[in-house]
Amino acid sequence: MSLTLTINGEPHQIASDPDTPLLFVLRDELKLKGAKLGCGLEQCGACSVLVDGESVPSCVTPAAVFEGKQIVTVEGIEALTTGARVQAAFVDASAAQCGYCTSGLVVAATALLSAHPDADRDQMRAALDPNICRCGSHPRILAALESITQNGAADT
Amino acid sequence: MNLDDYPLVSDWIRLVDGQLVLRTGKIDIGQRITTALTRIVAEELTLDPATLRMDPVRTGVSPDEGITSGSNSVMHSGAALRLAAATLRGCAMTLAAGQIAGDGADLVLADGHITHAATDRRFALLDLLAECDPDMAVDRAAPSLPRDGRAPLPRFAPLGLEDMVRGRFTFIHDMERPGMLHARVVRPPRKTDRLERIEDETRQTLSDRGLELIQDGSFLAVAGPVEWAVIQGALRLARGCVWTAGADLPEGDFEQMLLNNPRTSVPLDNGMPQDAPVPPPLEAPDLTATFARPYQLHGAMGPSAALALWQDGTLEIHSHSQGIYPLRAAIAESLSMDLDDVRVIHGAGAGCYGHNAADDAAFEAALIARALPDRPILLKWTREDEHGWEPVSPAMVVQLAARMSEGRVAAYSAEAFSDTHRGRPRSGPDRAGPRRLLANQFRAKPEAPFVATPNMAAHAGLHRNLDPIYRFDQVRAVKNLVHDLPLRSSAMRCLGAAVNTFAHEAFLDELAEQAGRDPLAFRRDHLDDPRALAVLDRLEQYLADTPVKGDTARGIAYAQYKNELTRVAVAVDLHVTEAAEPVLERITLVADAGRVVDPDGLRDQLEGGALQGASWALIEEVQWDRDGVVSRDWDSYPVIRFGHVPVIETILIEHPDAPSVGAGEATPGPVIGAIANALYAAIGMRMRRMPFNAERLMAMALAE
Repeated sequence: MSLTLTINGEPHQIASDPDTPLLFVLRDELKLKGAKLGCGLEQCGACSVLVDGESVPSCVTPAAVFEGKQIVTVEGIEALTTGARVQAAFVDASAAQCGYCTSGLVVAATALLSAHPDADRDQMRAALDPNICRCGSHPRILAALESITQNGAADT
Repeated sequence: MNLDDYPLVSDWIRLVDGQLVLRTGKIDIGQRITTALTRIVAEELTLDPATLRMDPVRTGVSPDEGITSGSNSVMHSGAALRLAAATLRGCAMTLAAGQIAGDGADLVLADGHITHAATDRRFALLDLLAECDPDMAVDRAAPSLPRDGRAPLPRFAPLGLEDMVRGRFTFIHDMERPGMLHARVVRPPRKTDRLERIEDETRQTLSDRGLELIQDGSFLAVAGPVEWAVIQGALRLARGCVWTAGADLPEGDFEQMLLNNPRTSVPLDNGMPQDAPVPPPLEAPDLTATFARPYQLHGAMGPSAALALWQDGTLEIHSHSQGIYPLRAAIAESLSMDLDDVRVIHGAGAGCYGHNAADDAAFEAALIARALPDRPILLKWTREDEHGWEPVSPAMVVQLAARMSEGRVAAYSAEAFSDTHRGRPRSGPDRAGPRRLLANQFRAKPEAPFVATPNMAAHAGLHRNLDPIYRFDQVRAVKNLVHDLPLRSSAMRCLGAAVNTFAHEAFLDELAEQAGRDPLAFRRDHLDDPRALAVLDRLEQYLADTPVKGDTARGIAYAQYKNELTRVAVAVDLHVTEAAEPVLERITLVADAGRVVDPDGLRDQLEGGALQGASWALIEEVQWDRDGVVSRDWDSYPVIRFGHVPVIETILIEHPDAPSVGAGEATPGPVIGAIANALYAAIGMRMRRMPFNAERLMAMALAE
């Protein structure tokens, strides 16, 4: 039986083996390359996607597990009010250097601010902790998020 | 500068279909050099930066600017582009002056137009540039456009950032080509092991799965159209290989190895290695101390990758190498090819922070592509590959000694011990290029491993910033290149300067304490550079304005990268928990990088360097045993994360008339030193060996 995944609001018939980790279905079959392969071990967050509103790594868990769930990748996040705000805030705050972690962090930040529009700095640091950034853009990323929370908070 | 080899304006800037296209040999590695270069040209020509385009960096077209490293890009490529732009501006002004039949003194350039108020004439700069000879020589004396009275160049988003936040920015890892195959390398269990055989059953399994097996001696790879299938196939192949065990790696304490192994010692004079006998140690020092740093990783977020295509006997390779020309030479020499038959094109990778596995991956992709002609090969290293096989940053020991007189340092000795920081595959005698490409050690006709010789350039390699920036009456500085160490090493951000600066700055605090002087005043006692003093003054003002309270302790440091680039004064505020865990609260940076090209980019580099320095200082350490590196993921090799990130405040002191100097490596060293000094203020223990983690703090406390 074939697998159907709902990604960025659209149903997709998946041809890959359902045991394939979601990340490889997204990147290899659907050519959604925003989520990055960073470790393949759920340790770095580069592959984060929104699943029913939560930021989860996609590099290990089989795609079949995500059937019936709402998957939003960084490519689709602009459709969410908070997602679009996070993207704009990242640009305004110059919140990336090499950009390899950026997709995952945009996803993680969107998940946080959607659930907690008034998140304080400690909540931000805790929510983004699963995502590694090696370039040291952390202060700019936190500033980007604070520019949202301090400007009338994020809608969902 | 590179104008000797590329003396024409057209080497750097061309007008193509009405748009200025900029050329550079420097590549983006997260430091946003192309954004900075774009700003430089935009400012010289008063053009909207959005109207400029950067040419992709590729061999045969782009100027050969060697390696993108050493915080040199703004000074080298930036200076060349600035002069090329200023030359073009001069040409346009001359043409405009001709049109109004005047001397041009009353022409005004602004917003990409030259205006002449008296005759109400207005010329578009680009129209005039179209009439300039594209092959005119760059005027090396062309003056910069003065900033006086001009609005600063507006902020604009770093190139690529809009795409990055939307997941549309293409890294090499994301490239697609018709007929492309994904590939993974299967590595021996240990670097000394060699392949005995591959089980027939395994070959059959790979074949049944439609996967290609590539073999050249003990170099093994799997390729196929579906990435996940290739990953599974590589695991299957690894299980089906029988290896002949090689020698064990030396095990032990890195500090003892560095001090006891054979070494080549070279004295320094003002940062310059000397072909001279090593001077005797300092007599009767008042204070001595030994500082150490373990092996550490570049640890790129994205494992190294490359895309290669072999077609009609030629190779095209997309690589995130920091030096596409040296890489091309090393690959051509490895494969006995003509240089012209190898093209290397820069593509984006994750931030590398120095020489990581980018070059190795490029060569491995080339080997696989050669075995599978006409198929584009996208090779990615795995996380385990990257952690376990990248050329690591060498462990280091620094021994310092000082003799005091009347509260001042009268004599100072600095000795550094380290393996090489030069593992890049640069061509040279004895196949120096091929020998530094990892796969060449495993091929059927293997290259012998590279044996390093001391780097004799000023403030290079392990002796970068070993000669202190302070004015001490007598200085003895010696570099010791140590041999027979267990891990392959190469250049990482700051090279030796991270450790040398940490050592100097921690030792300065010890000396200040012995002299009964305030640490900041003691540094000032030994500096006479007005810009250094201005940076310290600004930090002092900050310290006075924001006193620390409660359990918070503070440490400071000062450094100037390579003793000639960006000046940085640092204050670190931290506390130590009851579990002996250091917690950073605030890092304050005061920096003078001369004329500021890109304020956002400069600040990001300074802050990013500070956080990487903090991560090195507090957390990072490669673990190895006789089989190799054992810290092969982010759990066993932790790095700084959001939960540990302090507040960072950056104060820039600008000197618009001073040259722009590199800043990407300016902050890690002094930040490490300031953290060590803050820890002493917090707990009364001098932390002289990185990382300063809870385990080490506890061990020190128990030892006292």
